[in-house]
Amino acid sequence: MYPEYMMESIKKVEQTRPKRLELAKKFGKKVFPGMSEQEREDILNNYHPDYKDDALRELRIGPNKGDKIINEVVDIMESYPRDYPEIFDLNKVDFETDVLIIGAGSAGLSAAIEASNADADVLLITKLRLGDSNSMMAQGGIQAADQSDDTPVLHYLDVIGGGHFDNKPELVEALVMDAPPSIKWLEDLGVMFDKNPDGSMMVKSGGGTCRNRMHSTRDYTGAGICRVLRDEVYNHPDKIKYIEYTAATELILDDKGQCAGAIIYHLESKQYSIVKAKTVIIATGGFGRLHIRNFETTNHYGATADGLVIGYRAGANLLYMDSVQYHPTGAVFPEQIVGFLCTEKIRGLGAQPVNSEGELFVYPLEPRDIEASAFIRECENDLGVTTPSGLKGIWLDTPLIEELSGEGTIEKNLPAMLRQYHRFDIDIREYPMLVYPTLHYQNGGLEINAASETSISGLFVAGESSGGVHGRNRLMGNSQLDIIVFGRRAGKNAAAKVKKGVQLGKLSLEHVEKYIKEVDSIGVDKKRIAPIVLPDYIPDHVKAKQLSSEFQGTLF
Amino acid sequence: MSIQREMINIYIGGELFQVPEGHTIMMAFEYSGFQLKRGVGCREGYCGACATVYREKGDYKLKGGLACQTVVTDGMTIAMIPFVPAEKPVYDLNELTPDVGTFTQLFPSVFRCVSCNTCTKACPQDIQVMDYVQALIRGDIAKAADLSFDCIRCGLCALRCPAEIVQYNAGILARRLYGKYLSKNSPELEIRLKEIEEGKYDKEIDELKKMPGDKLSEKYYSREINIS
Ligand SMILES: Cc1cc2nc3c(=O)[nH]c(=O)nc-3n(C[C@H](O)[C@H](O)[C@H](O)COP(=O)(O)OP(=O)(O)OC[C@H]3O[C@@H](n4cnc5c(N)ncnc54)[C@H](O)[C@@H]3O)c2cc1C
Ligand code: SF4
Ligand code: SF4
Repeated sequence: MYPEYMMESIKKVEQTRPKRLELAKKFGKKVFPGMSEQEREDILNNYHPDYKDDALRELRIGPNKGDKIINEVVDIMESYPRDYPEIFDLNKVDFETDVLIIGAGSAGLSAAIEASNADADVLLITKLRLGDSNSMMAQGGIQAADQSDDTPVLHYLDVIGGGHFDNKPELVEALVMDAPPSIKWLEDLGVMFDKNPDGSMMVKSGGGTCRNRMHSTRDYTGAGICRVLRDEVYNHPDKIKYIEYTAATELILDDKGQCAGAIIYHLESKQYSIVKAKTVIIATGGFGRLHIRNFETTNHYGATADGLVIGYRAGANLLYMDSVQYHPTGAVFPEQIVGFLCTEKIRGLGAQPVNSEGELFVYPLEPRDIEASAFIRECENDLGVTTPSGLKGIWLDTPLIEELSGEGTIEKNLPAMLRQYHRFDIDIREYPMLVYPTLHYQNGGLEINAASETSISGLFVAGESSGGVHGRNRLMGNSQLDIIVFGRRAGKNAAAKVKKGVQLGKLSLEHVEKYIKEVDSIGVDKKRIAPIVLPDYIPDHVKAKQLSSEFQGTLF
Repeated sequence: MSIQREMINIYIGGELFQVPEGHTIMMAFEYSGFQLKRGVGCREGYCGACATVYREKGDYKLKGGLACQTVVTDGMTIAMIPFVPAEKPVYDLNELTPDVGTFTQLFPSVFRCVSCNTCTKACPQDIQVMDYVQALIRGDIAKAADLSFDCIRCGLCALRCPAEIVQYNAGILARRLYGKYLSKNSPELEIRLKEIEEGKYDKEIDELKKMPGDKLSEKYYSREINIS
């Protein structure tokens, strides 16, 4: 339940509700004027996190030296390794495999299935359990142009326009042309897509799509796909070995510069192992848990951009790490679900964003970056509501939905949302939700080509950790697609490379030694260590008493 | 404005800690100095990694829940479950049929269900677990797929089942059988696959790939939007 002082603001929301209801009845969704091009530009410049003067800074080392990228990403790139190369004896190999896959979201799982289908031996390692990932969390959907009024050509246009024309064309082609076959592949594996009785797909539109092409598996699209892939991986014990609770902390190259494996760290037994692999696929996902500019996040616990760090150190280059996707409506209260994604559908159904004074202040369905900026503006101008834990937010007036469309509308259309808030004693049919923009998606990543390869021979990247597919802005439903398309491509191509014959030379960590020298040369605190592996949420006063322990999450 | 909160006592694995009221079990662990390596995943109730058992003050009952979704209460005694060592049969979906025979063969334990309903009571997703197990016994794959849909594989049902059934592994097989064999194929999808194979869109896509920025932008902004 909301504390007394928040209820006072809610009263103001209730007072203005009848008037706003009238507006909605009269003007439909157009309850507030949309912003002009100039207004959009101004609000982005003044309030969007990416446009703040200190959002970006120049990266001083590595392949992207001189580029201005997100501050927090520079921090992890300009950092020391977790352990110094000389402590590892690369002659003592613990595991040998054809394909090493790092990360077990849907990208890693798809890659594992395809590589094993092509008769390669796979070692799949992941920090958490198989499937515990951003992939499992998607609610909305997955895009594919398979309807009769739609074509891959239209899908192509949507993807590249949405990405501000910065996307790599060959990657967009792969994405849209592989989309229908990917849906087929998933269905053959037993994914239960939402369908009409005649077998036709139930499809919806999404932000930036010109046709209805969002496929779903109820409210659990990510899980509907990811758990099937995981079950399939379990069914190939002869070809796919997996190790959970284990993080890759460095890539290994050979003396010819080919990717040749990784150092992996078993989180609980604290042992390191050496993996020798003919090919490596990075599928470590995004960076939400870096809490860029102190934003809360929708991402899972392991989203700490480890793959970017180890890939970059090995010499792979980054693309578009100067933009971040914030989702306008993340929960800020109750604190148990801070960061939780409140789907766009809520505004679609008529809930209006309202400030602490009960005033409607923006057209509810501006593009994500504009809407988010407007919410931030209200809060910076003291028109937000502060939560007991010190976060700020604005109201999303959900009771309006039922007043507009009748009792039962919320239960029917937003069951997961209703359940989530009910668990914490808030009935969103009676009271509004308090929301603020939340860190959602890593638009860029390690650059790949259409075969999912990086510039390093034998190193592949797939999924959210790759860069180029979505340009500087990803549309909803295209990342669930991306992870299947490029996960599969990476798996197939890695296996094909192995079959063609890979001759590895002497294993080496020389690239890490060189990197350390570069970090030395720019003068960085020795305590700044990456990959982070796991975030650290222990409060300072407790940490102050943990005098002799060593921890993950040692970024200062 | 940060409001000072009451502190309450909880017992993690029997050891006393004081944490702010309103914390979830997961937050309470972290507040107490644990950096979680297990029993944590999405932190939003979607992955099922954080199954936890607890007992509340003055209550004899052992309850189960998700650590990221359950709020601590004063005097609560808590143990996170790091792992459920449940059995999972290996199969090739292509060789199976969507009927009761598949389950007799792969999940004989399902037929030992004594209808005690313990699993349903244990499920943090409010799934009618016993009902989907019963549906499998009847060979009603579609029903089992439907009822088990929201399963996040937390393992709490299997941990409590007196018949040693691993409900969630049977549930995912039911859903996969339904998705592959029992739902009708989409006619549009089949047509599109053929078109793609025949190269129907290759030329147009190729043109787009080579198109200069201004022309591409013009094409994008003038595309017809037809959504519902
Ligand atoms: C709440 C939410 C809702 C979303 N909704 C949608 C949607 O509706 N439609 C859509 O298209 N997209 C959506 N997305 C985005 C999409 O789900 C993700 O971009 C996508 O799933 C990423 O998949 P992935 O396999 O690349 O990474 P992930 O699924 O995040 O998997 C990464 C894996 O790598 C592991 N890992 C990380 N570092 C290491 C390491 N050092 N060593 C070993 N393992 C490691 C992680 O633990 C994890 O298992 C959503 C995302 C979120 C968070
Ligand atoms: S059915 Fe079992 S495994 Fe699935 S969510 Fe319920 S208790 Fe957890
Ligand atoms: S707990 Fe086991 S025996 Fe009891 S109803 Fe559930 S499946 Fe059947």
